[in-house]
Amino acid sequence: MRSYFSRKLVTYGLTFFVAVTIDWAIPRLMPGNPIQGLIARMTLPPGASQAVTAYYEKVYGLNQPIWHQYLSFWTGLIHGNLGQSIYVVGSPVSSVIAQALPYTLGLLVPAILLGWYAGNKVGAMAARRKVLDNTVLPAGYLLTATPYMWLALLLAWVFGSVLRILPLAGGSTFGMPPSFSWPFIESLLQHWFLPFASLFLVGFGGWAIGMRNVIIYELEADYAHYLEALGAPQRLIRRYAFRNAMLPQITGLALAIGAVVAGALVTEIVFAYPGLGSLVFNAILNSDYFLLQGIFLFIIIGVLIANFVVDVVYVLVDPRTRIGMQGGRT
Amino acid sequence: MSLLVDDLHVHYRTLSGDVQAVDGVSFGIADGEIMGLAGESGCGKSTLGNSLIALTGRMRYVAGTVELDGEELPIGVPDKMVPYRFRSVSLIPQYAMSALNPTRKIGKLTTELLRSRHVDPRAVLPEMVRRLELVQLSSDILDRYPIELSGGMKQRTVMVLSTLLNPSLLIADEITSALDVSTQKAVAEMLVEFRTRGFVKSMIVITHDLSILYQIADTIMIMYAGMMAERASANTIVAAPRHPYTKMLIASLPETGVRFDESRLAGIQGRPPSLLGPPRGCRFRERCPVAYERCAEVPPVIEVAPGHLVACWRAG
Repeated sequence: MRSYFSRKLVTYGLTFFVAVTIDWAIPRLMPGNPIQGLIARMTLPPGASQAVTAYYEKVYGLNQPIWHQYLSFWTGLIHGNLGQSIYVVGSPVSSVIAQALPYTLGLLVPAILLGWYAGNKVGAMAARRKVLDNTVLPAGYLLTATPYMWLALLLAWVFGSVLRILPLAGGSTFGMPPSFSWPFIESLLQHWFLPFASLFLVGFGGWAIGMRNVIIYELEADYAHYLEALGAPQRLIRRYAFRNAMLPQITGLALAIGAVVAGALVTEIVFAYPGLGSLVFNAILNSDYFLLQGIFLFIIIGVLIANFVVDVVYVLVDPRTRIGMQGGRT
Repeated sequence: MSLLVDDLHVHYRTLSGDVQAVDGVSFGIADGEIMGLAGESGCGKSTLGNSLIALTGRMRYVAGTVELDGEELPIGVPDKMVPYRFRSVSLIPQYAMSALNPTRKIGKLTTELLRSRHVDPRAVLPEMVRRLELVQLSSDILDRYPIELSGGMKQRTVMVLSTLLNPSLLIADEITSALDVSTQKAVAEMLVEFRTRGFVKSMIVITHDLSILYQIADTIMIMYAGMMAERASANTIVAAPRHPYTKMLIASLPETGVRFDESRLAGIQGRPPSLLGPPRGCRFRERCPVAYERCAEVPPVIEVAPGHLVACWRAG
């Protein structure tokens, strides 16, 4: 058991290192230069731009050789310093991210978990009711094949533009000061609902279809037929089938987390939701190396943690992995 | 008579029509009798066995009656069959190696199964431990997952579990086909032991391996293309078969002391007919060396000697 987890940890460590290196390199491979964007927004006397550029390059450490930049990036990271944002002038990257992170987490965590839970429940029900199956299956295929941002646009159009019952954009009513009061929370929830719904629905469709198919497979497994021959009630057989069908779904969850994060970024842009997604968008537009690095760092950590949790859960629920780890016979 | 089957018809539904897998089979099994049921693949022997406990998916009960201990089994109505399963009729399935839920410990699986059948596990588990020891399994397998056991161990566990409630009739479906020869013998002997100790009253052992049946069965029934060909005591079937199909089956078995590089092992030419619209008359006619005009009619089952039934015009 211990060697299994230490092996896993080494894998996660290596993944982290490689992912963070790529995270550092990618913004620097983009065309353009953050300082140029910054200067373009200033009104400088002619001839001064060269001196200002040199000054800013020095401030942000961009005049140093590339290997030096890479090393100081890691040193900063170890000390918890992600650098200064160029786009939000004068703010450290960590505080810019800290403002956006709750919005993204509040969107992602419920959307992933509820979508997964509800999809599995409904899929399992569909596997044994013909009527439900005939509706859930096509609806599920339609939903899961829908790109996140397209569904987001559709929802925004229907509820925000045609019906006008939910706000179209933003994280809360514009100009309303954040406070722990009911009107503000209500406004938060209203703005949260559509982006959440678009993420939830796409995930829900995929899980429902997956679960339906696995359950049908499990109900045809030998152990199900044996229990039936011994007169076990359908309730017991379905309970076993459901539990066994959950195992591939847990693995699927681990694999899907990365995709959902990407989907959330696009969804946030559609709804101008003030989470990490909108931040990424602006950071790219402004070639803000440090902000972009910082955001992707958080995404990398988030995805790795989520995967690790799923790994642990899987070991807890599937005896076969546990026995494999103890060197047992299979 | 513990089991009486009368004119049983069971069909398989397929897209191209009904496959008449069991087409009018009648037989009886006495208390304490082990009946072997043999025949080629697709002759309906497994369908017959399974229909006595649980019709699966596409199987359809058409006609006939089944009586167990004087009570008629509602084999055509799955819901009404439930109370009889496990308690009066039980099954050791063909797939015994994968019959146990892989994610439940064997003890827990047993407990949950017993509870679902309203049997108090505490009353039965000590007996289960005793029986596990009888088949050379230690009681700590109850605390293990099926994947921790070898194929033979799983098979024996299923044997014990299936017979735990002392059913009147046990159907053992091809239980030796996946085992090596020495294990086959041990499993076959355990079946006899279970009968001797009264764990099961009577038994139907389905197999295509006549040599196993000769060792353990009291009587043997040979099926061909959904119908009974011959039924007699095991000795009679092996030593003095009357049906040409049985004769050819026996002749195709290897014998000790005969060198088969000198004389080729005899087989049966041709293939069994499709049961999706089987030929009229005797179904073995096409492959039979002694067929004549009369075989265009279905041969009646006649008792050529006490307890020796043959369905062949030539046998009379």
